[in-house]
Amino acid sequence: MTKAEIITRIYEKVGFSKKDATDVVEATFDIIKGCLEQGQKVKISGFGNFVVNTKRPRKGRNPQTGDEIIIVGRKVLTFKASQILKKSLNGMSATESSPTEAE
Amino acid sequence: MTKRDLIDEVNKRFPHLSRRDSEVIINAIFDSMVEALAQGDRIEIRGFGSFVVKHRRARQGRNPKSGVLVSVAAKRVPFFKVGKELRFRVDGKPFEEDEEEIST
Repeated sequence: MTKAEIITRIYEKVGFSKKDATDVVEATFDIIKGCLEQGQKVKISGFGNFVVNTKRPRKGRNPQTGDEIIIVGRKVLTFKASQILKKSLNGMSATESSPTEAE
Repeated sequence: MTKRDLIDEVNKRFPHLSRRDSEVIINAIFDSMVEALAQGDRIEIRGFGSFVVKHRRARQGRNPKSGVLVSVAAKRVPFFKVGKELRFRVDGKPFEEDEEEIST
Protein backbone atom coordinates (compact mmCIF):
# COMPACT_ATOMS: atom_id res chain seq x y z
CA MET A 1 0.00 0.00 0.00
CA THR A 2 1.28 3.44 -0.91
CA LYS A 3 0.22 6.95 0.01
CA ALA A 4 -1.71 7.15 -3.26
CA GLU A 5 -3.70 4.05 -2.29
CA ILE A 6 -4.52 5.46 1.12
CA ILE A 7 -5.83 8.60 -0.60
CA THR A 8 -7.92 6.55 -3.04
CA ARG A 9 -9.49 4.58 -0.22
CA ILE A 10 -10.43 7.72 1.65
CA TYR A 11 -12.15 9.44 -1.21
CA GLU A 12 -13.88 6.27 -2.33
CA LYS A 13 -14.98 5.03 1.05
CA VAL A 14 -15.36 8.11 3.19
CA GLY A 15 -16.56 10.34 0.39
CA PHE A 16 -14.35 13.41 0.42
CA SER A 17 -13.05 14.98 -2.77
CA LYS A 18 -9.80 13.63 -4.10
CA LYS A 19 -8.21 17.00 -3.36
CA ASP A 20 -9.33 17.08 0.28
CA ALA A 21 -8.21 13.50 0.80
CA THR A 22 -4.82 14.23 -0.79
CA ASP A 23 -4.31 17.45 1.18
CA VAL A 24 -5.16 15.90 4.53
CA VAL A 25 -3.05 12.79 3.97
CA GLU A 26 -0.06 14.89 2.92
CA ALA A 27 -0.53 17.27 5.85
CA THR A 28 -0.83 14.37 8.29
CA PHE A 29 2.52 12.85 7.40
CA ASP A 30 4.07 16.29 7.11
CA ILE A 31 3.00 17.27 10.63
CA ILE A 32 4.11 13.94 12.09
CA LYS A 33 7.53 14.35 10.45
CA GLY A 34 7.86 17.91 11.75
CA CYS A 35 7.11 16.75 15.29
CA LEU A 36 9.58 13.90 15.18
CA GLU A 37 12.22 16.18 13.71
CA GLN A 38 11.88 18.31 16.86
CA GLY A 39 12.35 15.19 18.99
CA GLN A 40 8.73 15.12 20.07
CA LYS A 41 6.98 11.78 20.27
CA VAL A 42 3.84 11.08 18.32
CA LYS A 43 1.19 8.82 19.81
CA ILE A 44 -1.56 7.53 17.58
CA SER A 45 -4.07 5.57 19.64
CA GLY A 46 -5.06 2.34 17.95
CA PHE A 47 -1.95 2.38 15.80
CA GLY A 48 1.21 2.97 17.78
CA ASN A 49 3.80 5.42 19.09
CA PHE A 50 6.69 6.99 17.22
CA VAL A 51 9.50 7.88 19.59
CA VAL A 52 12.88 9.52 19.00
CA ASN A 53 15.64 7.87 21.00
CA THR A 54 19.14 9.22 21.57
CA LYS A 55 21.93 6.70 21.01
CA ARG A 56 25.22 7.30 22.77
CA PRO A 57 28.46 6.91 20.82
CA ARG A 58 29.93 3.44 21.18
CA LYS A 59 32.80 1.37 19.97
CA GLY A 60 32.14 -1.01 17.16
CA ARG A 61 34.07 -3.03 14.66
CA ASN A 62 34.10 -3.11 10.94
CA PRO A 63 32.94 -6.70 10.47
CA GLN A 64 34.94 -7.05 7.27
CA THR A 65 38.31 -5.77 8.43
CA GLY A 66 37.96 -6.14 12.19
CA ASP A 67 39.09 -2.54 12.68
CA GLU A 68 37.79 -0.84 15.74
CA ILE A 69 35.70 2.19 14.94
CA ILE A 70 33.67 4.69 16.90
CA ILE A 71 29.99 4.65 16.12
CA VAL A 72 28.84 8.20 16.62
CA GLY A 73 25.96 9.14 18.88
CA ARG A 74 22.79 9.84 16.98
CA LYS A 75 19.07 10.14 17.21
CA VAL A 76 16.95 7.33 15.86
CA LEU A 77 13.26 6.88 15.36
CA THR A 78 11.52 3.83 16.75
CA PHE A 79 7.95 2.67 16.34
CA LYS A 80 6.11 0.73 18.97
CA ALA A 81 2.91 -0.82 17.68
CA SER A 82 -0.20 -0.59 19.82
CA GLN A 83 -1.86 -3.70 21.23
CA ILE A 84 -4.79 -3.05 18.91
CA LEU A 85 -2.56 -3.19 15.83
CA LYS A 86 -0.74 -6.29 17.09
CA LYS A 87 -4.00 -8.06 17.77
CA SER A 88 -5.59 -7.22 14.46
CA LEU A 89 -2.54 -8.74 12.75
CA ASN A 90 -3.25 -11.99 14.50
CA GLY A 91 -6.92 -12.17 13.69
CA MET A 92 -8.13 -10.98 17.04
CA SER A 93 -10.46 -8.15 17.82
CA ALA A 94 -9.07 -5.32 19.91
CA THR A 95 -10.86 -6.41 23.07
CA GLU A 96 -9.99 -10.10 22.87
CA SER A 97 -6.92 -11.04 24.81
CA SER A 98 -4.25 -13.19 23.28
CA PRO A 99 -4.26 -16.79 24.54
CA THR A 100 -0.52 -16.70 25.13
CA GLU A 101 -0.72 -13.52 27.16
CA ALA A 102 -3.67 -14.65 29.26
CA GLU A 103 -2.74 -15.70 32.74
CA MET B 1 1.66 14.84 20.10
CA THR B 2 -1.40 12.64 20.28
CA LYS B 3 -3.90 11.88 17.56
CA ARG B 4 -6.13 14.62 18.92
CA ASP B 5 -3.33 17.22 18.58
CA LEU B 6 -2.65 15.92 15.09
CA ILE B 7 -6.29 16.40 14.12
CA ASP B 8 -6.19 19.97 15.48
CA GLU B 9 -2.99 20.76 13.57
CA VAL B 10 -4.34 19.36 10.32
CA ASN B 11 -7.62 21.18 10.81
CA LYS B 12 -5.81 24.53 11.17
CA ARG B 13 -4.42 24.10 7.66
CA PHE B 14 -7.80 23.50 6.05
CA PRO B 15 -10.34 26.05 7.27
CA HIS B 16 -12.98 24.79 4.83
CA LEU B 17 -13.08 21.40 6.57
CA SER B 18 -14.80 20.95 9.89
CA ARG B 19 -12.86 19.43 12.75
CA ARG B 20 -15.09 16.40 12.41
CA ASP B 21 -14.08 16.08 8.72
CA SER B 22 -10.39 16.15 9.63
CA GLU B 23 -11.01 13.60 12.34
CA VAL B 24 -12.86 11.26 9.99
CA ILE B 25 -10.13 11.44 7.35
CA ILE B 26 -7.29 10.94 9.82
CA ASN B 27 -9.04 7.97 11.42
CA ALA B 28 -9.56 6.55 7.94
CA ILE B 29 -5.83 6.90 7.21
CA PHE B 30 -4.78 4.82 10.19
CA ASP B 31 -7.69 2.39 9.85
CA SER B 32 -6.73 1.68 6.26
CA MET B 33 -3.12 1.15 7.35
CA VAL B 34 -4.14 -1.31 10.07
CA GLU B 35 -6.34 -3.09 7.54
CA ALA B 36 -3.53 -3.34 4.99
CA LEU B 37 -1.15 -4.79 7.57
CA ALA B 38 -3.81 -7.20 8.84
CA GLN B 39 -4.01 -8.54 5.29
CA GLY B 40 -0.26 -8.99 5.29
CA ASP B 41 0.23 -6.12 2.86
CA ARG B 42 3.21 -3.82 3.29
CA ILE B 43 2.89 -0.04 3.43
CA GLU B 44 5.35 2.34 1.89
CA ILE B 45 5.13 6.05 2.56
CA ARG B 46 7.79 7.97 0.66
CA GLY B 47 9.92 10.20 2.83
CA PHE B 48 8.46 8.62 5.93
CA GLY B 49 9.12 4.90 6.05
CA SER B 50 7.65 1.50 5.48
CA PHE B 51 5.66 -0.94 7.56
CA VAL B 52 6.00 -4.66 7.04
CA VAL B 53 4.58 -7.71 8.76
CA LYS B 54 7.09 -10.19 10.09
CA HIS B 55 6.32 -13.75 11.06
CA ARG B 56 7.45 -15.20 14.34
CA ARG B 57 7.49 -18.97 14.62
CA ALA B 58 5.94 -20.79 17.54
CA ARG B 59 8.46 -21.34 20.29
CA GLN B 60 8.90 -22.63 23.80
CA GLY B 61 9.16 -19.81 26.27
CA ARG B 62 9.36 -19.49 29.99
CA ASN B 63 7.37 -17.51 32.42
CA PRO B 64 10.16 -15.32 33.77
CA LYS B 65 8.62 -15.23 37.22
CA SER B 66 7.86 -18.89 37.84
CA GLY B 67 10.21 -20.47 35.32
CA VAL B 68 7.42 -22.66 34.00
CA LEU B 69 7.75 -23.70 30.36
CA VAL B 70 5.02 -22.33 28.14
CA SER B 71 4.46 -22.67 24.44
CA VAL B 72 4.20 -19.39 22.59
CA ALA B 73 2.06 -19.58 19.46
CA ALA B 74 3.31 -18.37 16.09
CA LYS B 75 2.36 -14.77 15.48
CA ARG B 76 2.68 -11.88 13.11
CA VAL B 77 4.25 -8.64 14.29
CA PRO B 78 4.32 -5.22 12.64
CA PHE B 79 7.69 -3.69 11.94
CA PHE B 80 8.55 -0.14 10.94
CA LYS B 81 11.60 0.89 8.97
CA VAL B 82 12.25 4.61 8.89
CA GLY B 83 12.76 6.16 5.46
CA LYS B 84 15.91 7.97 4.48
CA GLU B 85 14.52 11.48 4.57
CA LEU B 86 12.97 11.12 8.01
CA ARG B 87 16.01 9.26 9.35
CA PHE B 88 18.18 12.23 8.40
CA ARG B 89 15.76 14.84 9.66
CA VAL B 90 15.31 13.17 13.05
CA ASP B 91 19.09 13.12 13.43
CA GLY B 92 19.31 16.84 12.61
CA LYS B 93 21.16 16.25 9.36
CA PRO B 94 20.28 17.93 6.10
CA PHE B 95 18.57 15.65 3.67
CA GLU B 96 19.75 15.73 0.09
CA GLU B 97 17.16 14.62 -2.37
CA ASP B 98 18.58 11.75 -4.35
CA GLU B 99 17.32 8.38 -5.44
CA GLU B 100 15.24 7.48 -2.47
CA GLU B 101 15.60 3.89 -1.43
CA ILE B 102 12.76 1.48 -1.99
CA SER B 103 14.05 -1.50 -0.14
CA THR B 104 12.72 -4.08 2.22
